[in-house]
Amino acid sequence: MSERSESTMDTAATTEPTASGPSRRTQLFVLGGLLVAVVLAGIVSFYASSDPDGLSKVSEDKGFAQSEKDHRLGDSPLADYSTKDVDNDRLSGGMAGVIGVGVTFVVAGGLTLLVRRRGQSSEASDDPAAAEAHRP
Amino acid sequence: MHVPDGFIDAPTSVAAGGVALVGVAACLRGARRELDERTAPLAGLVAAFVFSVQMLNFPVGAGTSGHLMGGALAAVLIGPWTGALAVSVVLGVQALLFADGGLSALGINIILMALITVLVGYTSFRLLMRVMPRRITSVPLAAGIAAFVSVPVAAAAFVGFYAIGGTSDVSIGAVASAMIGVHVLIGVGEGVITALTVGSVLAVRPDLVYGARDLLPKQQLELRRSSPEASS
Repeated sequence: MSERSESTMDTAATTEPTASGPSRRTQLFVLGGLLVAVVLAGIVSFYASSDPDGLSKVSEDKGFAQSEKDHRLGDSPLADYSTKDVDNDRLSGGMAGVIGVGVTFVVAGGLTLLVRRRGQSSEASDDPAAAEAHRP
Repeated sequence: MHVPDGFIDAPTSVAAGGVALVGVAACLRGARRELDERTAPLAGLVAAFVFSVQMLNFPVGAGTSGHLMGGALAAVLIGPWTGALAVSVVLGVQALLFADGGLSALGINIILMALITVLVGYTSFRLLMRVMPRRITSVPLAAGIAAFVSVPVAAAAFVGFYAIGGTSDVSIGAVASAMIGVHVLIGVGEGVITALTVGSVLAVRPDLVYGARDLLPKQQLELRRSSPEASS
């Protein structure tokens, strides 16, 4: 850990594309943020309003709620933010929330990692034609 | 505002799916330039945070609730392209794992809650920052107002979809006024949550807020005036 990079705001030199990953401070920040998300999804969500949301309410009031079709994955283990076969409401919803936070973090974080790696390789070659070839 | 299957007809849903796919592909491309040492570790966190706050429905008037959409929040924290990607991931996880938001309506939901909220939210944020004092305290306020604006616009876009491919024969005008009306209220919640969240991150790690970058001192080799096409 070099103390020198501490005071700088990530100048070009420190943003060298390396696999060293984020600084310890940033790791701690991400960890803290995840903890907040887990508490919100796992505990606070129990106290959320269970009234229909804006769109559902409008669909009821204006008479098109009946056109809604059952969700094709409506029987899945976490459908409607409750965990199947867990009877305690608090636990069932809380577990679903925490799983959701974890899955979302991994998928979004993994996708970001992939995109970033590709971005660096096409930047390195700094050739518009090569960058173009990367187009999905 | 997760649209279930059945509200919008199949052709419109398929077309929306195509548009969403192109949009997400554009975001993947744009995110390559946006992601750096600071935004990259944050992208997963922002997605996870938006997921958790979307579970927190707050009451808006009689018998109705609303929740954060998060497009403006994500865009201000990690940049518009990465932000739209993050919210798209949230919507995908919700539709596939939690049966929230229809499968064939996933394209519509991505357009409404990821692409439009980011587009409107981030554009408003930039415009507001141009007229507000160049201070770090302007950032949460601008983000909050931008987030507020993005919600009724997304609601109006839903009405647009409904006008094109709605499956029930109801008055579009009535749907429009009801949708936009209730989403102005939900937008207030969106604005408050966004301002508080951006303010909290700024208080702890101002360097991690994408939308505050050109206000921070001591930056070399950073875009001072950030226009989307600054590089190349």
